[in-house]
Amino acid sequence: MSFPIAAVTYFEPWWIQIIKALIIFLIIFGVLPMLTVYERKLLGRFQHRYGPNRVGPFGLLQPMAEIVKFALKEPFRPTTSMGFLFRAAPALSILTAVGGLALIPWGPVTNIFGTNVGLYGIDVSVGPLYVFALGGISFYGILLGGWASGSKYSFLGGMRAAAQLISYEVSQGLALVGVLITAQTLSLVGIVNAQRGMWYFIPQVVGFLIFMVASFAETNRAPFDLVEADAELVGGYFTEYGGTGFVAYLFAEYVNMIVVSGIATTIFLGGWLLPFGIHPPTWVDPFVVLAKMMIFMTLFIWIRATLPRLRYDQLMSFGWKILLPLATLNLLVTAIIVVH
Amino acid sequence: MPYEPGPDVIEVMRHPAKGPAMSTLRVFGETLRGMKTTLARVAEGPLTIQYPEEKTPVYPRFRGRHKLHKFEDTGLEKCVGCSLCAAACPSDCIRVVAAENTPDNRVSAGERYAAVYEINLSRCIFCGYCEVACPFDAITMGHDYELSDYTRSDLIFTKEMLLAEPLERTPLRTEGE
Repeated sequence: MSFPIAAVTYFEPWWIQIIKALIIFLIIFGVLPMLTVYERKLLGRFQHRYGPNRVGPFGLLQPMAEIVKFALKEPFRPTTSMGFLFRAAPALSILTAVGGLALIPWGPVTNIFGTNVGLYGIDVSVGPLYVFALGGISFYGILLGGWASGSKYSFLGGMRAAAQLISYEVSQGLALVGVLITAQTLSLVGIVNAQRGMWYFIPQVVGFLIFMVASFAETNRAPFDLVEADAELVGGYFTEYGGTGFVAYLFAEYVNMIVVSGIATTIFLGGWLLPFGIHPPTWVDPFVVLAKMMIFMTLFIWIRATLPRLRYDQLMSFGWKILLPLATLNLLVTAIIVVH
Repeated sequence: MPYEPGPDVIEVMRHPAKGPAMSTLRVFGETLRGMKTTLARVAEGPLTIQYPEEKTPVYPRFRGRHKLHKFEDTGLEKCVGCSLCAAACPSDCIRVVAAENTPDNRVSAGERYAAVYEINLSRCIFCGYCEVACPFDAITMGHDYELSDYTRSDLIFTKEMLLAEPLERTPLRTEGE
């Protein structure tokens, strides 16, 4: 079987790349505040509440009010903190989170006004590696923020983040390798094209589940949010942050959610492809991807409303004793099937 | 005779399942069960009462802000200024100063009337002893519970304020609610 592999070597002129970057950036920045409202409203419904519904129609302007509130807060830091790192750490978190956005494919290469434009930020030939590289750097943002705060709660949160992110990134990566050896490409656009016959969600269901569980841990979402564990660590690594620094971490968490949802959509849910041989015009493709990402967002929120936070030793033993062997087994079985 | 649990007794697994594989499977199943439970909450809809717009209905015997009463036919006040309410009040928040009724200035049905009747609602604990102590049912506990104000002195309610009908009526719970 041969699939049309994406033209990885094809790059648009520089000005198209800048326009694409701006468009992706602006759209995600438009979606992000809505996502926070969506999460809080849905979380409210899960708990017999309405959620925010006072600011603007249906409470949709709530993030605006909050951004103003956070922006007007006095920036102060503990005397024990390290000034430069304390300020640089949230920026590092945001930088790595936003970097992942470039990789999500929103559609195939399309002819727009006589120019071939790929509906994605960039289609690198090492797609998932790029994501994991950014993920590896992103934990510095959390660790440095926690350590530079000079507070015990922050320090504990940062330490937990380091251990948790490292141990779950292994399983997350191994869960993806099963797909990669089936698709035989590392380009994310190529992986989507390889799913024309069947989405990898079906043959790689174990890998999918492992990836999702590891993603919850990677994005520090409930039930793996011991990094910020408000009940025991006040706020974990961002205990000492207020105002813009706090927003930066919150922002990075949501962008990470978007990136992880995008990667899961691309790799397991067939990106912009639709089942049952439906072929909509190309301009629909980004909306298909967005809709699929919303499914994952809803799942993130749903799980947060359902599961209590794990104990730290449970988290570690689950990651190393169950998830990692399971991911390895999944990879082995896939490899044997692919080779034969 | 073996123990037979009734239909509403749920069997609870008290120990982890044997082995990592089985426990993972069980955790997965329990997670799905939990997700079903939370989704059912969405279907039930919110229970919130949107407070400033909607108000929580109170029970008929709810003890809110006090009311003083008049006779409906004659329009005379029921209070005769006996100060029994002030004596019964455990937080000492009622002040009554009595005066004699005269033929050309008849305020109450009895010999005397309350020239001053003040309740300091910032001290009141809404126990309802005043209502119990009153021999003429002149004072009763009403249903108002929105009693915030900007200064303490505004919370000292005078006789005129206690005699007046509340501006916004508090919804009352209907039978069987």
